[in-house]
Amino acid sequence: MKLNGAAILIECLIEQKVGTVFGFPGGAVLPIYDELYKRADRINHVLTAHEQHAGHAADGYARASGKTGVCIATSGPGATNLVTAIATAYMDSTPVVFVTGNVPQSLMGTDSFQEADISGMTMPITKHNYLVTSVERLAETIREAFYIASSGRPGPVLIDIPKDVQLAETEYVALSGEALIPRLSKKKPLAQLRPEGEALEQYKTKAEPRLEKAAQLIAEAHRPLIYCGGGVTLSGAQDAMMQLADRVDAPIVATLMGLGAAPASSKRMLGMLGMHGTHAANIAMQRCDLLIAVGVRFSDRALGDASKFAPNAKVLHIDIDRAEINKNVSTTLHITGDAKIVLELLLARVSQKQHEQWMQQARSMMDDYLSDGHFEPRRILRSMAATAPDMTVATDVGQHQMWTAQHFPFVHTRQLISSGGLGTMGFGLGAAMGAAKSDEKGRPVALVTGDGSFRMNLTELSTIAYYNIPVIVVIFNNGTLGMVRQWQTLFFGHRYSQTTLDRGPDFMKLADAYGLEGTRVDNLDDFDAAFKKAYAAGKPCIIECMLDIDEMVAPMVAPGSPIDSFCLN
Amino acid sequence: MYINNDNSQRYTVGVLVDNEPGVLSRVSGLFFRRGFNIDSLAVGTTQDPEVSRITIVVRGDEAKIEQLVQQLYKLICVQKVQVMKPRNSVERQLLLVKVKADVTEREGLMRLVDIFKAKVLDVTRNSMVLQITGDNDKIASLLSLLGDYGILELVRTGMVALERGDGVMTSDIFD
Repeated sequence: MKLNGAAILIECLIEQKVGTVFGFPGGAVLPIYDELYKRADRINHVLTAHEQHAGHAADGYARASGKTGVCIATSGPGATNLVTAIATAYMDSTPVVFVTGNVPQSLMGTDSFQEADISGMTMPITKHNYLVTSVERLAETIREAFYIASSGRPGPVLIDIPKDVQLAETEYVALSGEALIPRLSKKKPLAQLRPEGEALEQYKTKAEPRLEKAAQLIAEAHRPLIYCGGGVTLSGAQDAMMQLADRVDAPIVATLMGLGAAPASSKRMLGMLGMHGTHAANIAMQRCDLLIAVGVRFSDRALGDASKFAPNAKVLHIDIDRAEINKNVSTTLHITGDAKIVLELLLARVSQKQHEQWMQQARSMMDDYLSDGHFEPRRILRSMAATAPDMTVATDVGQHQMWTAQHFPFVHTRQLISSGGLGTMGFGLGAAMGAAKSDEKGRPVALVTGDGSFRMNLTELSTIAYYNIPVIVVIFNNGTLGMVRQWQTLFFGHRYSQTTLDRGPDFMKLADAYGLEGTRVDNLDDFDAAFKKAYAAGKPCIIECMLDIDEMVAPMVAPGSPIDSFCLN
Repeated sequence: MYINNDNSQRYTVGVLVDNEPGVLSRVSGLFFRRGFNIDSLAVGTTQDPEVSRITIVVRGDEAKIEQLVQQLYKLICVQKVQVMKPRNSVERQLLLVKVKADVTEREGLMRLVDIFKAKVLDVTRNSMVLQITGDNDKIASLLSLLGDYGILELVRTGMVALERGDGVMTSDIFD
């Protein structure tokens, strides 16, 4: 059937089983929005207040569901507003397809109205991007984009479609199943994909020698430790990892992105490692003699001083991205491959081990959080978890984010939605709404944010209010950019340069302005009651927690220090 | 454990890429943002019109080059990457140079042209344009000699290289 480019885009989204897209219209995507209007029965479009948050919403949707998120924006400023969202998705390996319109090709390169070279700009922050120059290539390009975004190590892909391509017509043939997998899939090595069937057999043969060596390293280890990252979640390897931990009798530490893969309640889970890692996690890291690193990239925030990281350990690194091997830390042995496949193959080669003493030693360093009873973040997070232990929790970036990572006991993967790599303040509300939209049961999602971060995205309150998206916004209001203030306190002689936020807005009046229920609390009982009520109501609302300006995130390791040398306990 | 960045060496890297708009930008952008110093870069199509070959001369230690190769492979447009060992490969670049040459100097220059197997492409009353192909050392020594006459303009292609023997690039990057 003959369709124009805009209609082909919609058909291709339907091919990919996309139900929800986030976006914002504009001149260069008018044909696409016209088709969205006609196909509203198939594609549900969520209109945000700003393109950046549409991008974060698509990202949050992908993080929470594992499906590929989709975001649409117009040319020029619409496209450039996506840049932060694209970079955020890229750093945390989230599969998102970003579609932008561009000016007609006849105007390209003439500095025409709302023209921006978005494919040039996003080259360093996308897994791949396209400028589609003919409608004949469009369907193939969209299929490739979805394949690239979700295969191997996932990541964002941008498709820039000039307006004339949206309007030009060509023959469109619907495809499904295997036929949707593009030709280029053949070019990539098996180890960097998730092979199935015959390809998996080939992969096994190739991986065999390394698996044998890995099993040997594990057999020789006395103090093994599993270092779990976001790759475990992306690959769905959490069960295999827990089985391996049991088999090897090893404790587990997680990165921010790896939280939830090992339930916080597990006796093996020592918590998050790194700059704000637990004592148990960081000290275990320095004492272990074999580090089994799964789906991690040895980020500087996890490592501290790289030259003094895990000084006694041999490193076994399992990752689907070969470029992560030996990037920041050199390994004793690596296995390139999908974490789930590799761990399952490894399990078959590892016999039951006993490291009782090591386990005990590792557990003995677990922190006991004693509270003096004042209204503080740790207690708020524990209260939230008591009410809703398995609810999805999104965060912005800063102190509240680290407190959430430390004190909300995550029990499953995809439960924490947080910007790890890029550390994007203003990520939270968009991401939370995306996560909530991805939940078929429509369960509420919590957004833990700070007054600083929230000011960067509160414009999206209109979106959650209009669509009645059940996001419970919990603002930790300490009247400051807390994390920066913490560094100013510790490293810059208490000179609080531009971090004090003594200027509102009044979040209760703001809630009112958007027609949302707002509750301001300054004690745990009131918080607990407000949160329980909000959770039961399942409606968007704001709970503002009034906190002390000098509350700090502890433990803390100063940047560039060895991770067992804490500057705050 | 820790990767230290001493032992900087010169490496020649061959990269087969899809012959598409923007590919050179993707490859050179990667070098720039990952902090690699490119000594030279040359690009052209291959016997397959859909494939181009880029030759890059770059400095770094072994770990850094490994990282570079793996990062290159992450680009969707990159098909194959090969790091060539100097002893095991042939490399050449082509140089055009315009030298000051009046009647008294022409003879001396012609002797250099002979010794270096260069070619004279253009002669005027005051200058000559020479073409020379060779590896880095040969070109460097000619340039130093031409310096005595006065170099007016110079342009070079960048190094291109192939591995010796029957082998062709492989794409097996399991390890």
